[in-house]
Amino acid sequence: MSLYEVQKLLFHVNREPRMLERFLHERETMIAEYRLTEEEQRALLETDFRCLYEMGVHSLLLGPLAATLGLSFPDYLAILRGHQP
Amino acid sequence: MSLVGAFAASHAPGITGRPSLPPTGESEPIFRAYAELRSRLEAARPDVLVVVSPEHWANFFLDNMPSFCIGIAEEFSGPTDEKFVDIQRRNVRGNTRLARALAEGIAEDVDLSTSQEMVFDHGVMLPLHLLRTELPVIPIIVNCLAGMPAPLHRCHALGVAIRRTVDGWPERVALLATGGLSHWPAMPESGQIGIDFDRRFLDSFLSGKIESFLRYPKEKLEAEAGPGGHEIRTWITIAGAAGGARGSLLAYQPVPAWSTGCAVAVLEIEQSAQEANDSSA
Repeated sequence: MSLYEVQKLLFHVNREPRMLERFLHERETMIAEYRLTEEEQRALLETDFRCLYEMGVHSLLLGPLAATLGLSFPDYLAILRGHQP
Repeated sequence: MSLVGAFAASHAPGITGRPSLPPTGESEPIFRAYAELRSRLEAARPDVLVVVSPEHWANFFLDNMPSFCIGIAEEFSGPTDEKFVDIQRRNVRGNTRLARALAEGIAEDVDLSTSQEMVFDHGVMLPLHLLRTELPVIPIIVNCLAGMPAPLHRCHALGVAIRRTVDGWPERVALLATGGLSHWPAMPESGQIGIDFDRRFLDSFLSGKIESFLRYPKEKLEAEAGPGGHEIRTWITIAGAAGGARGSLLAYQPVPAWSTGCAVAVLEIEQSAQEANDSSA
């Protein structure tokens, strides 16, 4: 379990435009630079918001990222609640 | 003259990010209240605005999360979460002289950190955007987010220390607290609102009797007002600065589509004899 590392990665992506670029365009390489479990890597590769939330990632690291990726807030909430938007 | 106004307002990202999502009966009172707040701010004729705000992972992470941090830079920029709030990123002027004086003055009573490089998220930028103000800003960030937020009574002490330092400062200073009230932000429970908690808190805040909330148990706060309820810390801070002043409520409106019990309020700062003379002169 490396929740701290998952959250650190998301903190960097939300805060630093350069890291967001890498998250968008070379995600696999970028993710490999953090100490993550296979499940955490999968959740980040697939931007699986529900899984990330359930593993304990703070919701305010997820909501703004969803908006950055173009997901509407109601759709984001639906995903967290386990519904397909 | 020193403290010329003390204001408090919710900063729910939906206010600008999803303005049309709630029914207009819910959104309009908040837009109107922000317009009224803007008039009150202008009427106070401040030279500088001290914004007491939580932040949401804009500057600080779990490797080092200060309870209180004052921004002493000449310039800031934000919001970092542009798409979340639909506000274009811009630069905001600081006021380094007062910021440094505040940092030194506050440190006499309350430990706080300083930052020469700070960015703003919606906590600061959403209110600035709605108030359409170009005033120089001094941010005081209060951890309401993670790690170990300072006890509520320490936030009150922070406010008292702000007031002691601001009193006698030659410029006209206005204070703005942002955040709260109850909310479960960006989580499955979003839309739930602790109306009863919000009303009790506002009663205490507006009657100048915030003391009853200074030892509010953490678990009770989170159960009644959600994780976002921790943001009452900023309201408690300006209540401390206002020294028991009463206030008026410009709006309270639960807005589930904005995930927040939204409130906008003004505390009536007493004019000193000196100020009364200045005004009549």
